[in-house]
Amino acid sequence: MSKQEIQNNTSEGLVEVIKTPISRRNFLAFTGISIAAAGVVSLGLQGCKTDDIVAPVTGSVDVGKNDTGVLNYAYALEQLEAAFYIQAVATPYSGMTGAELAILTDIRDHEICHRDFFKAAIGSAAIGSLVVNFSSINFTSRASVLGTAKAFEDLGVSAYNGAGYYIANPVYLELAGKIVSVEARHAAAIRDLLNPRSADFAGNDVVDASSGLDVQRKPSQVLPIAAAYLSTTVTANYLP
Amino acid sequence: MKLENLYNDIQSKISDDKHSRRVAFKQAGDFGVKAALVSLPFVLSSLLTKTAGAKNTSATVVEVLNFALTLEFLESAFYQRGISMGVIAAGDAAVFNQIVQHEASHVITLRNTIISLAGTPVSQPTFDFTAGGAFPDVFTNYATFLTVAQAFEDTGVRAYKGQAGNLMSNPGVLTAALQIHSVEARHASEVRRIRGQKGWISNADGGGAPASIYVREDNYVQGGVDVRTISSVSPQAITEAFDETLTMDEVLAIAGPFIV
Repeated sequence: MSKQEIQNNTSEGLVEVIKTPISRRNFLAFTGISIAAAGVVSLGLQGCKTDDIVAPVTGSVDVGKNDTGVLNYAYALEQLEAAFYIQAVATPYSGMTGAELAILTDIRDHEICHRDFFKAAIGSAAIGSLVVNFSSINFTSRASVLGTAKAFEDLGVSAYNGAGYYIANPVYLELAGKIVSVEARHAAAIRDLLNPRSADFAGNDVVDASSGLDVQRKPSQVLPIAAAYLSTTVTANYLP
Repeated sequence: MKLENLYNDIQSKISDDKHSRRVAFKQAGDFGVKAALVSLPFVLSSLLTKTAGAKNTSATVVEVLNFALTLEFLESAFYQRGISMGVIAAGDAAVFNQIVQHEASHVITLRNTIISLAGTPVSQPTFDFTAGGAFPDVFTNYATFLTVAQAFEDTGVRAYKGQAGNLMSNPGVLTAALQIHSVEARHASEVRRIRGQKGWISNADGGGAPASIYVREDNYVQGGVDVRTISSVSPQAITEAFDETLTMDEVLAIAGPFIV
């Protein structure tokens, strides 16, 4: 997939997007916002405990429709990130400095927190635990671990940026916003570890120089990238 | 009351006491002058519009974009000045050259977007980056410059986040705002790291930046649930894992001292 296809980041491109009429489905979703915003929003919290035993999903799973679908989509990505950092901290690459360990440990805890939060927020509609496949990652190699971390964080940022408009409930949108900026903070920190005090923390490979916009991707663009690290097949057949 | 008189009245109140600004605007808003705002300078129009509109509706898309444009003007001018004044350490030049380009691009993108929506972009205000003397050495002391940079970036992150709900009627604009929002967060992380801080916000610790920027950052409750009850990570990690929002009023109160 080319950068051009996934970004649509120029000023001209933005204007094109703005001029695009809202689809009927989205329009209907937006008209419901004021009703949802006026009432008390239930997140469907079920009092989940993090140690609830859930059988991993070994085959395939679809994230579902509407806001639940977007939340499950985010939950899937947070599961992937959490599993990665748990492994990265448990088996440090050779030469990992104390500062690097501290950063990776912080990020691990943030991703675990995000994962646990989504699981609780989605409640009984949550997808199960995904089975990850990290066979392509060399956890003894700094370049492999930090390179993967960079890819995951940038992917997460682009995923939240691209899915935000599909969220109908403003409370969920705000929650997604609270999380995506932390993912972006992670991305910059990892990039700074790889190439300290350079422009890479917000490099031109992710932030379009002319518009100043970060990458955004649709679920249909994100999931094929994530699939390389998942044994479970995750689909988003009802999302863009 | 004639609009011209009202305008002069507001101006005199500003010159009398900068900090009574928002009070004066709120009083002015009570006269229902929203329709005449086009003729007022940007600070007045953005604040009045917000105040007048707050009674029964939330900010419109163009109002949010002009609010964002004001913040981008602030950041863009700040970094341009810092670079021209030579306050930045040589080893960090690449970082701030990248940031200043992004802020300038954000100004252009926001202006183009406002125009495409048939709105009128606000003009660039005059800034006082010492904030009335609170940061007197902002362009001669790198540590002070970095503190103010972190203040602006963390404020920007929280400001965009706080307005996302007001952009939901226009998916294209919402997506673009999110794409700017995450860039501000990248900036914030990098500036914090240069300062020797974590890239993320722990509890409500601003590391010397104004405390008003970090209100509620020590929050544990998300979506109505105390996250401490559903996750085993430390309370501090929970506060780091979620960046909080600021309201438009809170942001204007933070930015106000930097606007002449």
